[in-house]
Amino acid sequence: MPVTVVNNTKVWQRYDTATRMKIWAGWIIGTAITLVCWQLISNNTRWEFVADASQQLSTFLQRMFPPDWAYAEQLWKPLWDTITIATLGTLLAMSIALPLSFVAARNTTPHPILRYIALLVIVVSRSVNSLIWALILVAITGPGMLAGILAIALRSIGFIGKLAYESIEETSHEPVEAITATGANRLQVLDYAYLPQVLPSFAGISIFRWDINIREATVLGLVGAGGIGLNLNASVDLLRWDRVGMIFVLIFVLVLISETISARVRKAII
Amino acid sequence: MAELVTSPVISRRWRKPPLIRNPWLRWGLLIGALVYLAVAISSVPVDSARIARGLERGARMISGFLQPDFASRWYDIQIGVLESLTMTVVSTVAGVLLSVPVGLGAARNLVPAPIYLVCRSIITISRTFQEVVIAIVFVVMFGFGPLAGVCTLAFATIGFMAKLLAEDIEEIDPAPLEAIRATGAGWLKTVTYAVMPQVSARLVGLSVYRFDINLRESAIVGIVGAGGIGSTLQTTFNRYDYDVAAAILLIIIVLVMTTELISGQIRRRLQ
Repeated sequence: MPVTVVNNTKVWQRYDTATRMKIWAGWIIGTAITLVCWQLISNNTRWEFVADASQQLSTFLQRMFPPDWAYAEQLWKPLWDTITIATLGTLLAMSIALPLSFVAARNTTPHPILRYIALLVIVVSRSVNSLIWALILVAITGPGMLAGILAIALRSIGFIGKLAYESIEETSHEPVEAITATGANRLQVLDYAYLPQVLPSFAGISIFRWDINIREATVLGLVGAGGIGLNLNASVDLLRWDRVGMIFVLIFVLVLISETISARVRKAII
Repeated sequence: MAELVTSPVISRRWRKPPLIRNPWLRWGLLIGALVYLAVAISSVPVDSARIARGLERGARMISGFLQPDFASRWYDIQIGVLESLTMTVVSTVAGVLLSVPVGLGAARNLVPAPIYLVCRSIITISRTFQEVVIAIVFVVMFGFGPLAGVCTLAFATIGFMAKLLAEDIEEIDPAPLEAIRATGAGWLKTVTYAVMPQVSARLVGLSVYRFDINLRESAIVGIVGAGGIGSTLQTTFNRYDYDVAAAILLIIIVLVMTTELISGQIRRRLQ
């Protein structure tokens, strides 16, 4: 019982003894795991490099500011490429994810086996980071924007597909029954009963993913998949921190703008 | 009378209402989108000869996936995976612990304006830059190795968790807040007894969710030298060891799927 008698006065506690023991055990195990992990990381760290971190940071900041404003002129094209990679990648992912999510949703799937295949596609797509997809694709298509677009698309199919099929499974059943009762075939039921219910959330999910993709597209260049990341990689390799600073400024502005657009549109749709 | 019977026939045809009501906006957006698409697609260089050569590599990659080679680089893979996992654990714990004060500071109903602005700008910076960009900075500071990765993921966790936590806190039921304040409790006690009980369940759920994300990201920060399996993965690609790369990718996929299943279970139980 949570109430115990100590020195003839009743003491109230939120949990009884057994629950409290469990909570304590959970905390102790969690702390122990964290400490063991920290130990491993600490062993793999050259602490003499860490000792002068604050000095490194201050030289880094000194060399980054002021940013090389003149360099911006060479960055407009990579910036445009970054937006293109994110946008085309998202559009490609949308066009694949929409049919895929109807196959993956329990209430619209044509066949249970197809449903599991669709779910597998979604899980694999989600588990691999777009940067890793880019590594794979750069080997196939060669370095360039095409690899970036495909990498963004492959990663986004799973994201959009998962959220979209969940929203299909949450649709109201009444319109479906009503349309079916008119004698409509399967496609017409999809078109008139499911799509109108799903399209707003699908558009919202897609624009949300587009905003994430802008952020992801800024680093794809590090593995050669186009965009402003190429310039970032080159500037880091040359230790041109003033140029890196300029790139950071542009990325910051770009992401803020895309986030604002995405938030506005989502508010308008939902 | 005859008019009334015949005229409505044409307008009786029903059309689905469009997604965007305003016709000017609808057509304007459509035309704008088409123009943009044309410009964007034409600006993508496609080297078909290179792709033709690449397809042969793609075929080798697929055969690598069918016969992944776990054995020949097992030592490197093991170390990399273990490092990714430990980085994930430490960075999630550190990030969550640090995100609580930042999240409290970013809630408009709890703190004065200056603190609010400082915490919000930490969140904005952390959320704007992709993990790999942040990792570059931490590698400069701490040198190559997992510590830079841990700091990167912890910093990214702060932005993610603190933003959602702050939004949650701003939407809490104000009645308990007022009640605890009325007892004469100070700021810390108000937070402990009126705010945290209302948000702690979601805080735990979000931490578990962030653990998933951190595991996924820990596989890539290695590309800029911040530890984990990423550097091994990139090396295998550069050396065209696709069967080893396939083995690493399969391990990553299985790990991510497993933690996602576990975290899904935990989050479902919390709700």
